[in-house]
Amino acid sequence: MINMDKPGNTPYVSYLKHEGKYKGLLGWLLTTDHKRIGLLYLYAIIVFFFVGAILGLLMRIELIAPGQTIMGPQTYNGLFTIHGIIMIFVIVIPALPAVFGNFFLPILIGARDVAFPRLNLFSFYLYILGAILGVLSQFAGSGPPDTGWTFYVPYSAQSSTNVIYALVAAFILGFSSILTGINFIVTIHRLRAPGMSWFRMPLFPWAIYATAWIQVLATPIVGITLLMVIAERVLHIGFFDPALGGDPVLFQHLFWIYSHPAVYIMILPAMGIVTEIFPTFSQKPVFGYGAIAMSSLAIAFVGYFVWGHHMFTSGTSYASRWVFSFLTFIVAVPSAIKVFNWISTMYGGSIDLKPPLLYAISFIFLFMIGGFTGLTLGSLATNIQVHATSFVVAHFHYIIFGGMGFATFAGIHYWFPKMFGRMYNNKVANIAWGINFVGFNLLYFPQFIIGIQGMPRRYFDYLPQFQPAQVISTIGGFILFSGLVLMLVNLMKAARKGEPAPANPWKGVTLEWQIPSPPPHENFEEIPEIKTKPYLFGTGNNE
Amino acid sequence: MTEHHIESEQFNQETGKLGMWIFLLTELFLFGGLFLVYAVFRAQHSQEFHSAALELNSFIGTLNTVFLLTSSMTVAMSLTAIQKNRPGLALFLVFTTLLFAALFMMNKYFEWTHKFEYHIFPGSPVLKNLPRGELLFFGLYYMMTGLHALHVLVGMVLLSVTFVKIKKGIVHQGHYLLLENSALYWHLVDLIWIFLFPLLYLIT
Amino acid sequence: MTGHKPHISSFSSLATVLVILLLLTTLSVAVTSYHLGAFAVAIALIIASIKVATVITQFMHMKFESLFLKLMISGVFVIFALVIVITFIDYYFR
Repeated sequence: MINMDKPGNTPYVSYLKHEGKYKGLLGWLLTTDHKRIGLLYLYAIIVFFFVGAILGLLMRIELIAPGQTIMGPQTYNGLFTIHGIIMIFVIVIPALPAVFGNFFLPILIGARDVAFPRLNLFSFYLYILGAILGVLSQFAGSGPPDTGWTFYVPYSAQSSTNVIYALVAAFILGFSSILTGINFIVTIHRLRAPGMSWFRMPLFPWAIYATAWIQVLATPIVGITLLMVIAERVLHIGFFDPALGGDPVLFQHLFWIYSHPAVYIMILPAMGIVTEIFPTFSQKPVFGYGAIAMSSLAIAFVGYFVWGHHMFTSGTSYASRWVFSFLTFIVAVPSAIKVFNWISTMYGGSIDLKPPLLYAISFIFLFMIGGFTGLTLGSLATNIQVHATSFVVAHFHYIIFGGMGFATFAGIHYWFPKMFGRMYNNKVANIAWGINFVGFNLLYFPQFIIGIQGMPRRYFDYLPQFQPAQVISTIGGFILFSGLVLMLVNLMKAARKGEPAPANPWKGVTLEWQIPSPPPHENFEEIPEIKTKPYLFGTGNNE
Repeated sequence: MTEHHIESEQFNQETGKLGMWIFLLTELFLFGGLFLVYAVFRAQHSQEFHSAALELNSFIGTLNTVFLLTSSMTVAMSLTAIQKNRPGLALFLVFTTLLFAALFMMNKYFEWTHKFEYHIFPGSPVLKNLPRGELLFFGLYYMMTGLHALHVLVGMVLLSVTFVKIKKGIVHQGHYLLLENSALYWHLVDLIWIFLFPLLYLIT
Repeated sequence: MTGHKPHISSFSSLATVLVILLLLTTLSVAVTSYHLGAFAVAIALIIASIKVATVITQFMHMKFESLFLKLMISGVFVIFALVIVITFIDYYFR
């Protein structure tokens, strides 16, 4: 435990105010401080998230009634494409590693920064470049891409819209992701504090480690696949064109070989965050530390081999469908283990229902709905009924938004005092949570029902019998949006005018709570020496 | 355990080297996607792949293999030279590596332009009239050797920068991460070719 | 860990490695003049794998690196091989 009252201490300067080689704005734009880079990513992601959310709301307005409501089919196709590209490639894949991984990984392992700070800044600028290119795809010459974020051939090779902008944007964003992954793997291997063996490392770094391996090993495959589609469009190379001997299903294989592991890039850090929150707000060690650490690695590994469950209706062989369905069921097991461990962590604990825990508990609920419906999709017979319907849309929004999204909100509320040195208004945060929770379920649950009944996804028109559910869903969307705005406004206000936060407002025992809020530029006055397992509560070291 | 944290030059070099190794793995997977496509189409069109491969000049292919293997040796030797505090020798060896790289690129240029003369390139009418397996073979040929050539160029840039820094004394016996990492990158370029060569030139 | 000096490959060992690689190259070219049908692919890939393993262990120093690095590289080749095999479960059984 760091003694911050050593006599003769120089007064500390928070990382927010630190002036290094560059001052003022340049000190942010050219920073190599992992905490500032984390904040830069956070601000960019908040902006792009609201862009993506508004695009989603526009889709919901269109879907409130059958037939054309506010837009025609081409516009709708462009909307769901850019909504997907932004939400997947610009928000949910980068967000948790780039924001919380950057900010907290070094601190949690007792390091002063990541292994390659300048590479870290370069990753950020690649991210911005990719995001801007994605936005530009909407406005350049031939019209917004209308292929869906999945860029399926043959249409993506033939569509006359700005597909190449989007492909290049995704490629650059992928490169940013790869560099971040490399940085984190090396950081964890080389920069852990003295005494911090692998099994003394907290569980969020374990999650980031597993995630980083996926970033590094899966992303290059989508990189080359996107290049192949560009080659198809520009050079007519033929790999995916049946007229030239190619196979469109091969594109699907290559695309999902990345894009399935990508969802584990989204969910593993989210699980890591709630794994930090449960012990703190139960004031009890994590139940089953080893199981949680190993299950993160297991999810990353097995998750690499289930991609074919996105292709059950594409004409793949029965043998491969059987194998993929089987492996899909297997990969659910480590996730279930985690849920069991989280609940057991809370059992018998001294529960403090603050906003972080509220979001973390609702994460379990929403993630499990998403998870169970994943089994419906993963099972060959039922898949045929629900593939490409709004059942799928509801499933992945429950997992990604209900799961990863709510875990992100949990993380923001957990680490906000540390990052900004201020406390937010708990009551408003809880109210925003309630609005978010109600709005979210109203928005997505009806989509399960009409999906089973036959409502297709990516359609701007539908049969009249689906309208009541669509209306509820649209209303839910607006409720959710207002909850998100309330949540954000509460936090933004607190960042400027909130009560100053103590070093350890939640009585946590991991290293970030042993340093001031906000942290100083180099995190630790002295690199700590680790002598015990993590999550030791009740030893008086978290007052 | 506290030794771990001494900010020694060697600690930093090992850290940097680990970063480069992981980056090389990503490059392997980048090419891996193309190898997967090759595997699928080769399995589906083995006879036509065989016929198409006859169009390639295996002498040039073998020569290029010799160039790259030798350049791998010279760059590995340059690392030994720097480690033995012989920067002059290191410079000579890096230069030789660059020379072989340039020869490789020259060969590639002649190979490709020769093919262009015969109208064998993606999207050409000649290709469209070929059996599908042959068309796919040439598509793979261009994409794989093209992407590889791009990496050769990147490797040459890295090695040139390294050359300058050795000359200026910035890279030396006590501080040679840039040379080690550039050499690793160069070996990757060689590795990829070692697989490309038989798959494209020797399936006759 | 600190304190252990990095291994320096001798010039002669590196030259020997090149000779081995050139011999393997000659072998793989020579093999194409025999009509081995399906075996041709297998033999070409086996020889290429030996060459790759040689470059990795000798030129890239993997032989003298940490166990973790060795596991990492092997693990990655295993994962890639599995991806190819699983993809072929589709193509082979269609």
